[in-house]
Amino acid sequence: MRRNGPLALIFHTIFVIVMVAPILVVCLVAFTPEGFLSLPTNGFSLRWFRAIANYPEFIHAFWVSLGLGALSSFVALLFAVPAALALARYRFRGRDALAALFLSPLMIPHVVLGIAFLRFFTSAGLGGSFAALIIAHVIIVFPFALRLTLAAATGMDLSVEMAAVSLGAGGWTLFRRVTLPLIMPGVISGWALAFIQSFDDLTMTVFLAAPGTETLPVRMFLYIQDNIDPLVTSVSACVIAVTMTALILLDRFYGLDRVLAGKGDTGR
Amino acid sequence: MSTAADERNARAPWALTAPALMLFVGVLLIPLAMTVMLSFHDWGQYKGIEPVFILKNWHEIATDPYYAEMFWRTFRIAILTTLLTALLGAPEAYILNRMSGRWKSIFLLVILGPLLISVVARTLGWALLFGGSNGLVNKLLMSAGVIRSPIPFMFTETGMVVALAHVMMPFMVLSVWAALQRLDPQIENAAMSLGAGPITIIRRIIMPQIMPGVLSGAIIVFSLSASAFATPAIIGGRRLKVAATLAYDEFLNTLNWPLGAAVATLLLVALVLIVVGSNALIERRYAEVFR
Repeated sequence: MRRNGPLALIFHTIFVIVMVAPILVVCLVAFTPEGFLSLPTNGFSLRWFRAIANYPEFIHAFWVSLGLGALSSFVALLFAVPAALALARYRFRGRDALAALFLSPLMIPHVVLGIAFLRFFTSAGLGGSFAALIIAHVIIVFPFALRLTLAAATGMDLSVEMAAVSLGAGGWTLFRRVTLPLIMPGVISGWALAFIQSFDDLTMTVFLAAPGTETLPVRMFLYIQDNIDPLVTSVSACVIAVTMTALILLDRFYGLDRVLAGKGDTGR
Repeated sequence: MSTAADERNARAPWALTAPALMLFVGVLLIPLAMTVMLSFHDWGQYKGIEPVFILKNWHEIATDPYYAEMFWRTFRIAILTTLLTALLGAPEAYILNRMSGRWKSIFLLVILGPLLISVVARTLGWALLFGGSNGLVNKLLMSAGVIRSPIPFMFTETGMVVALAHVMMPFMVLSVWAALQRLDPQIENAAMSLGAGPITIIRRIIMPQIMPGVLSGAIIVFSLSASAFATPAIIGGRRLKVAATLAYDEFLNTLNWPLGAAVATLLLVALVLIVVGSNALIERRYAEVFR
């Protein structure tokens, strides 16, 4: 294969700079020692990270987001693992329709989902509650949990299960001792990807969150609507750090290229 | 004996998918149906939502030019964003694909990683870069001699398109990248050995083969841009409304839920029609590539 020419490399350099610039500028401004938005030209300061402590709304929203992401991804897996095993092992009538239904939250605009959930949970008397947020997040992260579990279940060697059955294992023991450990990498990465999706969602959650159940992206969005100051950049830097941690976890267990490459292919 | 096992085999997939199926019917299909129904209800400032069947909201959307202008703006921004990502993302995917192993995986991560970083944080970054008339982007463009006077980015469609294109770019690069993986590198060498120049190779060999990737990326980018919320809300401000931000306003500020539901339903139906229609067109046009 031929090498890239100098023009191609210049294009590439500018492209990468533009892709990284907005994320980098947020992280840099977060360290400014000034009282206003500026790049830290004379020294770095943690004053805006310390300032977060004076805004309990942000801290509370962070815990809401963390709990919501962890819990909804876990619940989504409780539903997704059996469904993935069924889709991976059986060819049955209605299989394609079921798979399409389970992946449909990817295709429905989140603003439509937000409206539908707001209407539904308000009439069910659950408007603004944490329970409503969990159920809604289970639906939007389900496709991500399903897809990675499905990939693990499809690639699994069935002869190991047969050996266990021949040795007298069955039902719950078979699942807990043989099947689950074998698909575990897929399950954990499914959980991590689902967590990131839940942790970052704004569009759907902004319809459901009420004071007290506001997630971090919602709190940040409402704050930015009023004014942009260095405080919100330091909060953003923390969010980016949390996402990076989950990304590293994903990379360790699964390989980030596989997660991302699967995303565009079967996503739509 | 075998019939009992067969019967169990036929029931097993349904038993395993039943919990998820019930969850999806109960908490996804029913709420969506309720939203469509809501768009036919009546609403008044003092009486609230009245569960009757009228076409008032749909009539208002069809006749009031405000909504036509808003939907046209939404789709104009989505089309421009799609074009921008295709024009820049496709060449970048091609360049990436020609890099050597280690650089390739590093830059792939740098370009695709932002996909998983909070949209609020990424848009905030653009708001900082645009920031008023002395924003960083304008300073750079002016010192490079590209423009003479600062371009207004904040609260304009230009700014929305630039920021949206950045948010959506990974989807386009991914999609073209996937198409490039199916391309046999020997074809390029064959064309070269037959005397084709680099421009001819790109135009006659590469372009036709990555076109399906560009088009399927374009469908993803278009549908996500047309329904985007965070970026238009932060960069566009309160006055420059698109479909998603308008629906948000109707629901949480004006409290006219039936009208908001009608806007959301129309957005959903329009997107499903566009996505399904263009998917069918692409698959028919490029049937041999997908086989």
